[in-house]
Amino acid sequence: MNSSIEELILSLTGNKTGRRINIMEVCGTHTMAISRYGLRQLIPETINLISGPGCPVCVTPAMDIDLILEITKQYEVSLFTFGDMLRVPGTESSLYLKKAEGRDINICYSPLDALDYARKNPDRKVIFLAIGFETTIPLTAVIVKRAYLEKITNFYIFNTHKLIPEALELLVNDKEIKIDAFLCPGHVSAIIGSEPYKFLADKFGIPCVISGFEPEDILQSIVMILEQIKKETSEIEIQYKRVVREEGNPSAVKLIYEIFDKSDSTWRGLGNIPGSGLKLKEKFSRFDARIRFPVKKIKSAEPAGCECGNVLKGIKKPFECRLFSKTCRPESPVGPCMISSEGSCAAYYKYERELKNIKV
Amino acid sequence: MTTDKNSQNKKIDKRFDDKIIQLSHGDGGIKTGELISNLLLGYFGNEILDKLEDSAVINCSGNKIAYTTDSFVVDPIFFPGGDIGKLSICGTINDLMTTGCVPIALSLSFILEEGFRVSDFKKILSSIKNTVNDNGLRIATGDTKVVGKGSADKIFINTSGIGIINNNINLSPRRIKAGDKILINGGIAEHGIAILGSRKEFNFKSSIKSDCASLFSLVKDMLSVSKKIHALRDVTRGGLASILFEMSGASGYGIKIYENEIPIKKEVLGICQFLGLDPLYIANEGKMIVFVDNKDTDRVLNIMKKNEYGKDSRIIGEVTEKYEKSTAGKKSYKGNVVLITRLGTIRILDLQYCEQLPRIC
Repeated sequence: MNSSIEELILSLTGNKTGRRINIMEVCGTHTMAISRYGLRQLIPETINLISGPGCPVCVTPAMDIDLILEITKQYEVSLFTFGDMLRVPGTESSLYLKKAEGRDINICYSPLDALDYARKNPDRKVIFLAIGFETTIPLTAVIVKRAYLEKITNFYIFNTHKLIPEALELLVNDKEIKIDAFLCPGHVSAIIGSEPYKFLADKFGIPCVISGFEPEDILQSIVMILEQIKKETSEIEIQYKRVVREEGNPSAVKLIYEIFDKSDSTWRGLGNIPGSGLKLKEKFSRFDARIRFPVKKIKSAEPAGCECGNVLKGIKKPFECRLFSKTCRPESPVGPCMISSEGSCAAYYKYERELKNIKV
Repeated sequence: MTTDKNSQNKKIDKRFDDKIIQLSHGDGGIKTGELISNLLLGYFGNEILDKLEDSAVINCSGNKIAYTTDSFVVDPIFFPGGDIGKLSICGTINDLMTTGCVPIALSLSFILEEGFRVSDFKKILSSIKNTVNDNGLRIATGDTKVVGKGSADKIFINTSGIGIINNNINLSPRRIKAGDKILINGGIAEHGIAILGSRKEFNFKSSIKSDCASLFSLVKDMLSVSKKIHALRDVTRGGLASILFEMSGASGYGIKIYENEIPIKKEVLGICQFLGLDPLYIANEGKMIVFVDNKDTDRVLNIMKKNEYGKDSRIIGEVTEKYEKSTAGKKSYKGNVVLITRLGTIRILDLQYCEQLPRIC
């Protein structure tokens, strides 16, 4: 075993504070790394790693999927989005199945591909289904700005972007959830820096460490959290210093708010969170697919029996859901946490579900 | 009679209830497994087909014949390290070689799209000719169809191949036993990454070439030094993890492999990490896994390393005990494969459930 890992594990087991410590990660990439590298097998049982609402696909409400499905049904449009978004079920279907049936639904690897398609096909109306947290928002801002400057008239975004710090505030205010510390997402902080988390330490006394994504990074971040708990301090520390600066990337943040204003947003499982979303500024509202392609109100429903909401809040572990690995499996998913490649149910299913039965 | 048919059809409808074909039905993962086991075997199942091996082994007047077929739809048709023509011949030979046979003849069929450039077709034909000649083989029969523009994408190829298996040779997942070592002849995921890098929608440049190669000579070399090779499998669509899972399912034995021992080029790993792809599930086109009795491991490994296509051969793991409980969720997929990560922790490997990349071969 890698010697740096060994040292880290030693410092973890030597760092017993005698009580159960709940550390929530709020990034799908962290969730996957923890499951994939079996980090729970390495750390003492008293440290409880819980997965929060860190996967953008998972927190997209069924209503948004239903709306975009309805738009692609009622209007002649070409839709572009990231691959993960395709399989998320709306109330009745998914983009993946509609694509197989022949609707013009495309996977892209960068939002720029969608804009490029719009440029080359001026007779098509092109929608980019924009999803993601602070990490991907600047990319959407860039394409909206370009479309504006180039006066492109056949390009739109269906915006589902969400902001992480506002969701964390809701979680710490929820009495049902006991969070001792946050493992904060490194990529988000590469944009926003550490300042937006400061209220968690100052107002709520919760230690936060902004972590990288290698298993070694995560283990080291857990050690940093435990050291804070031991010293009874609460600070926002950066473990992922090779990428994240305290001030983040101010020009990216400036660009976001040049294009968008903060707005309320509905999160699957968490409900409406004030100020946790973005909407296009008045000047750019002609790019808003929700305005350009109105559809009548749809009766949306989250799947029956699905516990994704409680899983997203960290109240339940994926295997505590009655549907987990029974009716809800990756090849026939019920809830979004099982579909997204970074969802916590998918991570538990793929890497950890049968560990107790494995003889090595 | 009619009632029998009806009840059989109903049974198939129940076991395979998807309404339309999706890309994931062709990715070598869980959906592909469902299509094959629940739909196709429902119609055509028999004692030869049910084995679902790379090549069927048929007894023919006392001789054992290896028989295989494959189709190729790779996009793009020319990629670093090969083209659809070379790929189709190598893929067919490698499927045959998993039986340890001597290939004797191939068939070759083309579906061509109206408007496809003859200069490109000629390039592909010449590449096929070279690959066939290099392996001392012949195209014995073939067919050509042309469809209207848009009804196919440039060129699709179907092949079949037959070979004769020496009566002393008996390779099959059913011969795998506890303690067997598992070897691979080099770095994984190179074909998939090379294809990806040559697609327009991915904006990255890499020096990775497809590993597309015929493993005829490699297998011949291995069989010449050991009678204790139990099974071979061509590691193509679905990648190393899926193929190990299938081998575990077919043999009934658990498999354990070590992350640190799996050969992979640094650049391949870097691209996979950047794109969020798992190299264990990415296609290869010139890689074979070998299950060999522990006693003969060194001998086989040494001869593999001397072959042009086995220089980076490694022992990546071993066969553990017979297992009772499968790691997969549904009973129709059996298998039990674990990976010991570089941290020493355990990770389960099972079939993937959504295509990472369509039209890879």
